[in-house]
This record gives sequence, structure tokens and C-alpha cells, in this order.
Amino acid sequence: MNTDGIKIQIRNLTMAYGSQVIMREINADLKRGSVFVIMGNSGSGKSTLLRHMIGLLRPAQGDVLYDGKSFWGMDDEGRRAQLHKCGVLFQNGALWSSMTLAENVELPLTEYTDWSVADVREIVRLKLALVGLNGFEDYYPSEISGGMRTRAGLARAMALDPEILFFDEPSAGLDPITSRNLDQLILELRDSLGTTVVVVTHELASIFTIADDSIFLDADTKTIRAHGNPKELLKHSTDAKLKAFLTRGQSSGEASTQPLAS
Amino acid sequence: MTEMTSNTNLIVEQKPPGVLLVRLSGNCREQNESPSLKVVREALEQTPGVTSLMFESASVTGWDSRSVAFIRNCAELCRARNVEFRDNGLPEGVRRLLRLSQAVPERKDMHGAALKAPFLQRMGQRALKGWADVLELFTFLGENLAALGNLVRGRAQFRWADALLVMQQCGPQALGIVAMINFLVGLILAFVGAVQLTRFGASVYVADLVALATVRETACAMTGIILCGRTGAAFAAQLGTMKVNEEINALQTFGISPIEFLVLPRMIALMLVMPFLCAFADLISISGGLVVSVGMLDVTATEYFARVVQAVQLKSFLLGIGKGSCFGFLVAYAGCLRGMQSGYSAAAVGEATTKAVVTGITAIVASDGVFAVLCNALKI
Repeated sequence: MNTDGIKIQIRNLTMAYGSQVIMREINADLKRGSVFVIMGNSGSGKSTLLRHMIGLLRPAQGDVLYDGKSFWGMDDEGRRAQLHKCGVLFQNGALWSSMTLAENVELPLTEYTDWSVADVREIVRLKLALVGLNGFEDYYPSEISGGMRTRAGLARAMALDPEILFFDEPSAGLDPITSRNLDQLILELRDSLGTTVVVVTHELASIFTIADDSIFLDADTKTIRAHGNPKELLKHSTDAKLKAFLTRGQSSGEASTQPLAS
Repeated sequence: MTEMTSNTNLIVEQKPPGVLLVRLSGNCREQNESPSLKVVREALEQTPGVTSLMFESASVTGWDSRSVAFIRNCAELCRARNVEFRDNGLPEGVRRLLRLSQAVPERKDMHGAALKAPFLQRMGQRALKGWADVLELFTFLGENLAALGNLVRGRAQFRWADALLVMQQCGPQALGIVAMINFLVGLILAFVGAVQLTRFGASVYVADLVALATVRETACAMTGIILCGRTGAAFAAQLGTMKVNEEINALQTFGISPIEFLVLPRMIALMLVMPFLCAFADLISISGGLVVSVGMLDVTATEYFARVVQAVQLKSFLLGIGKGSCFGFLVAYAGCLRGMQSGYSAAAVGEATTKAVVTGITAIVASDGVFAVLCNALKI
């Protein structure tokens, strides 16, 4: 198989909690330097899929391949080395509350590089400036707003110049403007650094703005229901459920009358 | 064109009409040192009449954040010296990152001002904060008394099921640790007494010593301290986490008083459970003394218990039990107060828990001292 330009491959992935299967037979190729969106209704297993990709949960079956190398086939050491090339932005930032923003960004740098203290300080300043938090180095996470916390979390995720950035619901709890700015930032990172970006979200505005490619997870069939660029999917798909999702339930009357039933 | 300075990956050249050219090369990712800003700064300082700074980066094979940080610092140097910064020799990606990092101007405000405040101001702020803490302590007491008043009048939002659950957690489930510690304390008391009393041939009086010390002091104090570490800390952590999750705010918006609903059951549970735990601790601790007396001092069990019954008066026993209940109140008070005062982060919950234990133990020891003085004055 030709894997040129493919950064991440999800192969036959089955996710389960104990004997309860969440999703089965997930297959996808993620192109280098593209934005890949995992979408789906609440509870469809989007974040669970993300956790399988970043080594927090072990798949019941199948594998994730980074640069053609099996992630779950590696030993712990190899997995850790691979994870150094990934940055993860958790929901609401997940900043360490006992550290200042600068210390949050600094920690991975001091742990995994042998750069001088002055270099590390400069990088921390740069990363915080990139997310628009210039001058907030000495603030504690509790002293800043939710949007700023998300951005600081992004600065921390970018600390080690990752090749892949994972975002778990980045726009959760953000106002539309902040959310849009974050989308622009994601695109900017993709274009200027060539970062491969994986985003879990159900924010339609974000999905249409940033996604190069996407998968739509469905809790009923327990697998991928649609795969492709969301704009194309909206134009060409005949799947009522997917259409309802991409139009907030306004395209088919059935879905809009029972907004809570699904 | 004259070459001025160089290190491994950076050369600064002067071009005739007041232009400095920074020539970058190599792969930054593979080098251990980032480009030296000092070289650029010195070049800017030493070259008269520089009007602009340019870059050449055609031979750069790899970039990382350190190079971007370096270029950003160059831009700042230029701005400070009114030198034109020309970024057209840089790769497109770097230029975009640079622009992104400069999009939001640096925020310069009063953060950290508290650290730089003059000595007197800091002292004053500390004193005011200390006074506010004292006020909070009594406010909380007042709120609790008001809630208790509501409970007595049957108007409190109070569920006995909650109180019973807390009672189970801090009573029966604590019996193991209470028994172990108090047994050991009884043992130690008997050992210490035995060494002294056998010298006078009065080893049977070990029973008096253990019984009195246990009933009046050690049983209730040790049990109080155990519960402070076990239950007081749990109260603070639980209430603190509820605060972080906004569960307490949710209660308040429903018009449910967190004091009546959360704090009061814990206070009442601990105050009711402590006397029983103390009586249990008395018994276990005295049996600890028995083991030493029978095993080491040739005192029979009958003799031992006869001495115990003679030595312990009802008022001593009741004093111990009463003190236990009081300590229970203090532990619950410290735990709930610190939990409710907790901030909104994981670190704050940890701090609240630490404070709860420190406050609780301090309160137990201090109030024990007050009891000792009172008992002496009242000849109990």
C-alpha cells in the first residue's frame, strides 16, 4: 500500500469497555499536514477514539499506525517516544492548577530537552505569544478565563514542536468569537508548521471551517457512518442522519421534532 | 561586505548602506545551542548607522521553535533601536508564525505588584487578612448555630439519612484504627509506669495510672487526632471538590443552604459518634495496660480491674466523654470550614485539606489545655 503523505492510519480499530463494544472496525487514513475531524453526536465515542490514538486506552482489536509504524505493537518506551511527537489539548485545557502558565509550558521542555534555561524561557514566551497570551507567564490557571485556559493548554501542547496535535472538543465553553479565533489558529499552525491536526468536535461552525477530512461516528451502527470532507458530505450525502447532524436537524422534519430522542 | 562575527549557524555581515545581514544556516533541530542573540545585539551596537536588519535563510535545512524565538527577539531588538526589521529573507512559515506571535501586544499590568509592595503595606495587608480570617471563623460558627436553631425548630433542610451515613463512615468504620492506636497507647503508658512503680514495689498501681490517664486524657485526645486525620481531612476534601465542581453553587441556586444540608449533618454526626468512640477507646486502652501488667508485672487480671474500678470515678469518665464530643465538634468544624473556604482548583483543595488537619489538631490540643486548667480550678 502506498503510504506516502499519510501520517496516521487507523486500522480495524475496535474499542470496548470490558465486554461492551463502543465502536468496531474503524479505518481511516490521516494525511500529513491536514486537519482531520472526528465528529458525531454526544456519547458516540469521539473522545474515546481520541484516547485510543494517544495511548490512554488500549484497543480491544486493531491498531493505530504512525508513519507506518504500529503504535500498539511498540513497547512502552517506543510509545513514549512517539507521544513526544504528539501534543494534546484536553477539554478546557487541563492545565496543572498548582503551576503558573509559564511553568505549565516549561515542564515538558525541561523534562525532554537539554536546552538551556534561557532557551526554555524564550520558547515559553514564544508559545504563549503564539496563542495571544503575551505577558501572562506568571498567572495561575485559576486567575484567567476559560478561553485563555484553552489557549494556554494549546501553548503547552505545542511546547515540544509536535508533528501531530490532538484537540479534544477545543471550542467547548468558548464564545463564538474566541472559538473562531481558535479555528484560525489551528489552520495557521497547519499552514505554517505543517502540523497534522486531529480534532474531536461537534461544533458545526468549526467543522466546516477547519476540516480537510472527517469521519462521522454513529452510536447505533457502532462504526463510521460517513467519511469525507464535511462540505462535500453535506452536498452529496443522502444519509438522513448525517444530514440532520450537519444541518442541526433542520433538513428533515423528523429529526427536528424529536431533538432529545436521539 | 565585512564579516563581523560568527558561531556555528549564524553569521552577521555588514552591507554597505547601513544594512546588517543575518545569515542563518544548518539544521536547528540537530544543534544543541540556539542562535546567539548576543551576536546580533553586539553587531547592532557596534555598527554605526544601521537602518535595517535583513535575513538570509536559504541554506537552513531545519527549523524549530528556538530559531523562531531567536528571530522574534531580533525583531524586538530592532523595535527598541528603531531599526527596520525586514523579514522577507525568511521562509513563509516562519514569517507567519512571527506575525501570529506579534498579533496580540504584550500585556503589561499590575500582576505581581503584591510582591513588590513596600514592607509596611504588606504587613498591613497581612494583618487585615488575618482579621478577616478570624471574622470568617466566627461567621461560620454563627451560621452553624443559626442552622442548628432551624433544625431544632424543624425548619432546616436537613436529612437524617445523610447524618447517619456520615456517622457510619466516621464511627464503625473507624473502629479498627481507633482500637489499634489506643491499645498501643495503653501499652506504652503501662510500660512507662511500670519502670517507675516497680522500683517502689508498687507495680499494682500501674492500673491506676493507665486508667486515669486514659479516661481523662489520652483516649479522647488520641481518638480526636485520629478522626481529624481521617474524617476531618475527608470532609475538607469532599466539600472542596464539591466547590470546584460548582455543586455548592448548584445547591445555593435551589435555595438550599449548604450549611444546613452539608455541614450540619457532618457536625452532628461527629459530635454524636465521638462519645461512643471514646468509651470504646477507654476500654481498649485499659486492656492494653492489662496485657503489660499481667505479662510483665505479676499482677493478676482481677487485681488490675479492681484497681481500675477504684481509680476511675464517674466524673473522670464523663469528663473524657464530654471532651471527646467537644473534639468531635472541633474536627468537623475545622474540616467543613476549610472545605467551604477552598478555592476552585486541585491545588486549592489540597491546601484546604492540609489546613483542615492543622486547624483541627491545633484546636484539639489547645482546647485540651483549657480543659486541664478548668478541671484544676473546679477540682474535678
